[in-house]
Order: sequence, then structure tokens, then C-alpha cells
Amino acid sequence: MRDPDIGAVRPAATGAPRLDGAFLAPGSSSFSDFLSTQAPDLLPVRRGLPPGNAADLAPHGTTIVAASFPGGVVMAGDRRATMGHVIAQRDIEKVFPADEYSVVGIAGSAGLAVELVRLFQTELEHYEKIEGTTLSLDGKANRLAALIRGNLGMAMQGLAVVPLFAGFDHRTDHGRIFSYDVTGGRYEETSFHSVGSGSLFARGALKKLYRDDLTETEAVTATIQALYDAADDDSATGGPDMARRIFPVVSIITADGHRRVPDAEVAGLADQVVQARLQRPDGPVAGLL
Amino acid sequence: MSMPFYVSPEQLMKDRADFARKGIARGRSVAAIQYADGVVLVSENPSQALHKISEIYDRIAFAAVGRYNEFENLRIAGVRLADMRGYAYDRRDVTGRGLANAYAQTLGTIFSSGGEKPYEVEIFVAEIGDDPAGDQIYRLTYDGQVYDEHRFAVMGGTHDKVVAYLTKHYHEGASLEGAVRVAVDALGHDDAAPRTIPPEDLEVAVLDRTRSQQRKFRRLRPESLVEVLGTRTALPEDAGAAGAEPESTTGSGEDDPPVAPPVS
Repeated sequence: MRDPDIGAVRPAATGAPRLDGAFLAPGSSSFSDFLSTQAPDLLPVRRGLPPGNAADLAPHGTTIVAASFPGGVVMAGDRRATMGHVIAQRDIEKVFPADEYSVVGIAGSAGLAVELVRLFQTELEHYEKIEGTTLSLDGKANRLAALIRGNLGMAMQGLAVVPLFAGFDHRTDHGRIFSYDVTGGRYEETSFHSVGSGSLFARGALKKLYRDDLTETEAVTATIQALYDAADDDSATGGPDMARRIFPVVSIITADGHRRVPDAEVAGLADQVVQARLQRPDGPVAGLL
Repeated sequence: MSMPFYVSPEQLMKDRADFARKGIARGRSVAAIQYADGVVLVSENPSQALHKISEIYDRIAFAAVGRYNEFENLRIAGVRLADMRGYAYDRRDVTGRGLANAYAQTLGTIFSSGGEKPYEVEIFVAEIGDDPAGDQIYRLTYDGQVYDEHRFAVMGGTHDKVVAYLTKHYHEGASLEGAVRVAVDALGHDDAAPRTIPPEDLEVAVLDRTRSQQRKFRRLRPESLVEVLGTRTALPEDAGAAGAEPESTTGSGEDDPPVAPPVS
């Protein structure tokens, strides 16, 4: 097993002396490909693990939901990380901008997932700088699939990372959502989707709340409602923390790029949701027919 | 068997330097200028696809003159080095100085090794800090020497003429418009007869510390350049130009969205 320590990086790879042939070689514009030849120790994936199940060794992130609306897409994630039955962290962030026009949310083994997101962000930026143009949204989704696929071995030992990816496609002029499985399977979702332990409940809620003509703010409210329902029935998903004022991380992608909804704005919407739930704990009623 | 000629080391190095210098002088100049909010890089480059100026990292830009394939290699190496460093450590740990050192070592080794042709390139590594005092412009020559430049720097082409113009007309703490104008004028004074360079033949990029994004590098497209440069009617006479420069405040805001140009 390789030492994952940073110190294992050869000085030539990160520092002062002459840039060697690999740096000057023409060819790949993929950062992870470059890393796998120059400093494989830095890759979060492809690490050999001793046999056994490692699932309870590290915190797990839970529920992420995404919903599209005319003109963009919104993604929201709860703030809880669990380790077995313990709440490992109550204000973890699991939704990240991947680049200017896309966002990635992660469920699964938290440490690996955050590292994978960092790699994915660098991958997109690296391509953009070297090629002078951005990847297409499908290209980005496929790169993410390749990174997830590399993690299959560890996923089988309990350290799975399952992302949800969303972005604005300038070619078709609307927001798109992609889900993944641990083998790197990539599936495009219509309208809305969720991943993580509370995803079943969240998806059920979105099914009843989602409409094609939601405004941006209504879409944000729908995702907050969905996360509330997930937290209601799944012990690993955190609901709005009224005492500590911890609310979901919400990101919006439109033609103008990525915007993280300010905490105060999310808090306002979450307060409304909670107020309504005090009247009707199960949330808004959907029509029967 | 033929006898190899003896060439003294001094002569050998001189020949290699002359060779590199000749290649670099062939193209047009590139100028780097400090202004109030960062560093602006200006070059004359009719190609929209092949860049002389590019982004390396959050606060670091790269500009080059000379042979395209050679400096493109160096640029890609720089992006790889910076991204790798930023990924292995942290984004803040990627510095212009580290990059300039790596380039210097690379160019120096290539220059003095007998087996390789010296690179016919000269490059700028520009980095912005939190305030103008923290801004850095490094100029690296074909033989791996590093010069720490201040206020402005020019390389390639007939750079001495451009430097002479800038020495006369450069103002510290200029606005972006002012800095771009003086740089473009300076590049137009690279010959005995001054020229007006059309906006579509210019490549201009800026490291702008007022940008809200983490990545401070931004290209100025020809349409916004037209606006920045305004109507440059007559070729400014050397004496008259000095008076024309400080009018930069008449330009509109520094942000991208262009307003309609005034109808004349």
C-alpha cells in the first residue's frame, strides 16, 4: 500500500528544480491522468485497502437533492455527517461548485468524497486553462463518471462515494441533472433527483411538490421541504437546526453561472417551512386527483 | 576521420545567445503594466486562437514572446505545476516566485546543455497580491535569468523603443483604461513611425484583484477594448500624447458589460 502522505511526493513533482519531461510533454489535458503518472499517491482513488469492511471507520455524508426550473437548476444538501449512530459533524458542507456553470453534491464516505470533488474541480479548471475552452456539460458529467469508476474497489469495502451533478447547458439553454452509481454509471435525470440515505423520502416529497413552472425561489423552497421530509424519516439526515441556525447549503446554476444562496436567505425560507410544519407536521397537501 | 573544430566555451555560449535573441526579436513586443487594481498584459496578436497571454492560476498569469511551440510547452508545464501544487497543498501555496524559479531552472538547463537547441522565448510571470505593493512581474530570458520588474516591463520585438515610450508616459496608480491605453500606444511606438493598432489585433488580459471570483484572470474582448480605447483619431504626437493620457477617467466602468458606444 502506498503512503498517502504528502511527503511521498517527489520534490520534482511539486517544487523548485527543473520541470522534467512529463511536464513539458504535449498531450493530455486531463489533470487526473497527469497525476496518475506523476504523483499517483495524490489520487484519492485506486488505493489498495486491506480486506474487510471499512464503512464505519469514517463519517458519511447523507442527503442531496436537486431540482430544475425554467432557466436553471438548484441543488441543496443537508448538513449532517454520521459515523455509525453518532453524529460526526452537524455543519458539514456537501454541495460544491464544480466550475462556473456546474455544481456537485456528494453522499457517501465524506473524506473521500470531498477529496474527489477537489480533484474534479481541478480537473475542470485544468482542462479549461490548457484547452482555452470549457468542457461541454456532458463532457464534465463523463469525467466525473470516470473518477467515480476508479473508486469501485473501495466502494465494495464500504467506502462508496455517490455524487449528484447538475449544471447549466448553454447548448440547450436549460439546467440538467446527472446521477451516478458506484460503478461509474451515469444517468441523466429529468426534473429532479436525490441521492444519499434520505433520498427515498426526499424524492417522494419532490414528486408531490415539483411542477414544471417553479420559480427560482419556489424551487429552493421545494428542495428545503424535501430535505425536511428526508430528515423526518431518516436518522442520518439533518433537519433545519433552529437552535444553532444551521440550514441546508443551497446552490443555484443559471445562465449567469453559479450562485450559492446566502445563508440569511435560506434561513428565511427554512423558517417559513418550519412554521408551516408546526401547523401541519407532514407538510403541504397535494391534491388527490 | 574529420577533426572536430575547437570552439571556446565563451564563443559557444555567445553563439547560442545570439541565436535565441534573434528568434525573440523577430515578433512583436508584449508589455506588462501595473495599474491600481492589478497587472494588465498587452500584446499585438492578430490570432484569436493562439494566445500569447494566458492564465496559470488564481493570481498568476503568463505571457511570452518567441517561438509558439516552445512557450506553449512552458505554459502547459506551468499550468500542470501550479494545479498539482495547489491540489497537493493549498491554492494559496501556489506562488509566482515558485513558478518563476521552475521556469528559470528549466530554461537555464536547456540553454547550457549541449544537446538541446536553446529555447527562443522570453516570458513574463505576473502575480498580484492583496495590494499594489504585493504585485510581482518576473521576466525570464532564454538563458534562465530572472528579472524582478517594477511598474512596467516589455519584452520581444523592438522592446527598447516601447520601454522608452513607457518611461516617458507611464503613471503609477492608473485606472485600467489608462493603463491599457498607454500600453497600446507604447506598442504602437515600436518603430520610427507610430502606428495605431486596431483593437481586433490586440490581445489584452488582466489580473484584477477587485474580481469577486477566486480566479482573477480575465481577458478583455475586442468589443470591450474598443470601448476602453475610445476613438483614437489621429496618431498622438509624442508631445501631445502626454496630455492625452490622464483622460482615462472619462472611460466608463471597468466591468465587462459593454454599453453602446457613443454614436458619432
